[in-house]
Amino acid sequence: MSQRLHITKTPKCYVGGAFIRSESARVTALHDASGTFFANIPQCTRKDLRNAVEAAAKAGPGWAKRSAFNRGQILYRLAEMMEARADELTEAIALGSASKAAASREVAAGIERVVHYAGWTDKYEQILGSVNPVASAHFNFTVTEPMGIIGVIAPDDSPLLALISLILPAITSGNCVVALASNTQPYPSILLGEMMATCDLPGGVVNLLTGLRSEMIPTFATHEHLRALSGAVNAADRKTLKLGAAESVKRVHLLKSEEPIDWFADKRQGVEEIRALIEFKTTWHPVGA
Amino acid sequence: MPKTPARTKPARELVFGDLWEFDPAPETADPKLKPRYDLFINGSFVAPRAGKYFATINPAHETKIADIALADASDVDAACKAAQKAFTNVWGKMPGKERGKYLYRIARLLQDHAREFAIAETLDGGKPIKESRDFDIPMAAAHFFYHAGWADKLEYLAPGRQIAPHGVVGQVIPWNFPLLMLAWKVAPALAAGNCVVLKPAETTSITALKFGEICQEAGLPNGVVNIVSGAAETGAAVIQHPLTSKVAFTGSTEVGKSIMRSLAGTDKKLTLELGGKAANVVFDDAPLDQAVEGIVNGIFFNQGHVCCAGSRLLVQESIADEVLAKLKRRIAVLRVGDPMDKNTDLGAINSREQLTKITDLVQSGVDEGAEKHDNGCKLPTKGFFFRPTIFTNVSMSHRIAREEIFGPVLSILTFRTPEEAVEKANNTPYGLSAGVWTDKGSRILKMSTLLKAGVVWANTYNKFDPTSPFGGYKESGFGREGGKQGMLDYFVIE
Repeated sequence: MSQRLHITKTPKCYVGGAFIRSESARVTALHDASGTFFANIPQCTRKDLRNAVEAAAKAGPGWAKRSAFNRGQILYRLAEMMEARADELTEAIALGSASKAAASREVAAGIERVVHYAGWTDKYEQILGSVNPVASAHFNFTVTEPMGIIGVIAPDDSPLLALISLILPAITSGNCVVALASNTQPYPSILLGEMMATCDLPGGVVNLLTGLRSEMIPTFATHEHLRALSGAVNAADRKTLKLGAAESVKRVHLLKSEEPIDWFADKRQGVEEIRALIEFKTTWHPVGA
Repeated sequence: MPKTPARTKPARELVFGDLWEFDPAPETADPKLKPRYDLFINGSFVAPRAGKYFATINPAHETKIADIALADASDVDAACKAAQKAFTNVWGKMPGKERGKYLYRIARLLQDHAREFAIAETLDGGKPIKESRDFDIPMAAAHFFYHAGWADKLEYLAPGRQIAPHGVVGQVIPWNFPLLMLAWKVAPALAAGNCVVLKPAETTSITALKFGEICQEAGLPNGVVNIVSGAAETGAAVIQHPLTSKVAFTGSTEVGKSIMRSLAGTDKKLTLELGGKAANVVFDDAPLDQAVEGIVNGIFFNQGHVCCAGSRLLVQESIADEVLAKLKRRIAVLRVGDPMDKNTDLGAINSREQLTKITDLVQSGVDEGAEKHDNGCKLPTKGFFFRPTIFTNVSMSHRIAREEIFGPVLSILTFRTPEEAVEKANNTPYGLSAGVWTDKGSRILKMSTLLKAGVVWANTYNKFDPTSPFGGYKESGFGREGGKQGMLDYFVIE
């Protein structure tokens, strides 16, 4: 077979269901482990972040209104899309320092995590909600509601698994997400966006940005339409985020990126991760003739 | 103050009834049936050891569809041993997350084959295609989907306690929702880590055996699911087999009681989902048009072959005439006929035996003095059909107000106060379900508190969901299917 010049791919960020370059037109060159140029990754800005929040705000009410069953079907479909392109995801992770075998393990764990959350959509309410036996003649019950738009800040390591582990518990309950991918290994997030675009997830539910954490953190901290922040960041960033969060009483759910985080561990998934990003609403209703 | 129904001349209205024939709208897709169905044991279709088969017929035409293998005790023994082996060697040891993946596959494959299963269900059982297509099959797939997600989350079911699967579960299911009842039984059992031996109803084995093909497509390990078709003796062999440490049965209260007797003296765990004689209680402040739709759905869904059918309508006296008038008008336009026609509302009665039972009970209603109304529609000349029928002037002592008819027959009683409604609603040995129609939320909750029934529908009826536990009080059985409660019935809790 003759050598054919292949078409190089332009990585673009998944925002509002479309694929965008940064409004800044800035890019970061990405090289593979051998130092060969791979592709240019968009270097998004605060304005891109604000646009992404706007896209999430549009998608939010519709996504929260989907039935739990439907959300589960869509998340399961995401796992199907990822499984079909697992090799590609593996290579994307292996672009960094990870061995092929380690990358493959990360992809497998990522897919399993998506399936895990697909199963939670119609169950977390049965664990976290309650009927409360109040003393008066009232039917008193507590149900959960999504918070709204969640800002997700992924760590540099485990560029796929960590990102998935932070995004999935948020959208399982009907939140929308604006996420900033790993700074050092952003390419897996580009692929993840392509899979999310083809799994029936409504556009805008998840928005994936690439760019410099240092530039974006202050806006994540202060953007008032983000109702919670979830991520793994260093001490300085945690302080910035918490200070900003105080202005609009955002919920903050942050892990310490300076300490090793085992993203493969079972405790990095489950109903407690979902609980961190929901509100509880209690209703009183009289019982009587 | 009682509302007086309008005495003026009723508004003119168009009632189509049989005035014009609808064009036929038959479903024509291929149900991919085989002329003969063998037993599904240990991952393969095998002939019954005694070589016996019985015919399954289409109740709408009384024509034979296929030969179905008749499993005897030795076939059941082989199935139980295959299940035990699969439990010990594969399924019981498999991490929940992996079991879940198989269940997701089954859910997906059922979705893929949905139309084919819907048609097979309608041909074999007689239910309208719109019901098998829009309810039975999608709901069966949804049950597998829901329970697939539990398989890796079992620690949330009984916090602080150790739970373990039973091992081999024997399951016997009825003919009214053949595939759906299979899903209600098989999905939680498998998610919990059990292996199953399931006996479908004699008149509706096809979709259960087709489900064996789904298990093969899903690559489910051999022996995890075994389907043994046959009659009552086959079911008894499944229930009695020493390897089935848990038995789950859905069917009549009479058979349920005999199963309880037969298992007395053993340590087998048992859950029963039995008959019902649900009260559908309509208060004078109810949105009446909605209530009438709910009453019709409650009793005529699936020809009334529904254990939770709203077969006793309790209507507040002040609105009784108005409700009856609306009901009569509504049933006048119900279409009874070819189950394969997409416009059919009531399909065929499942079997001649059931038709006879319905006919006898309806006759008893007439003999005991109740007043019968049916829509007088033309019925097909072949097959088993029964007109949607309502009885007024019914008293609580009538057989039609006490016994489960399991057909399209509604008994109407009246009440004056909520207390009287509760008294009458609960005056039955059954306690599966109930309906309440009122505009007042506080009254719904009060009624729900007082009604002795496992499911109470408020301003709706016959709603089902994999997340929602279903099952009865009193002689309607014990145990729940669906939700967390349903999952827990498939474990030994240490």
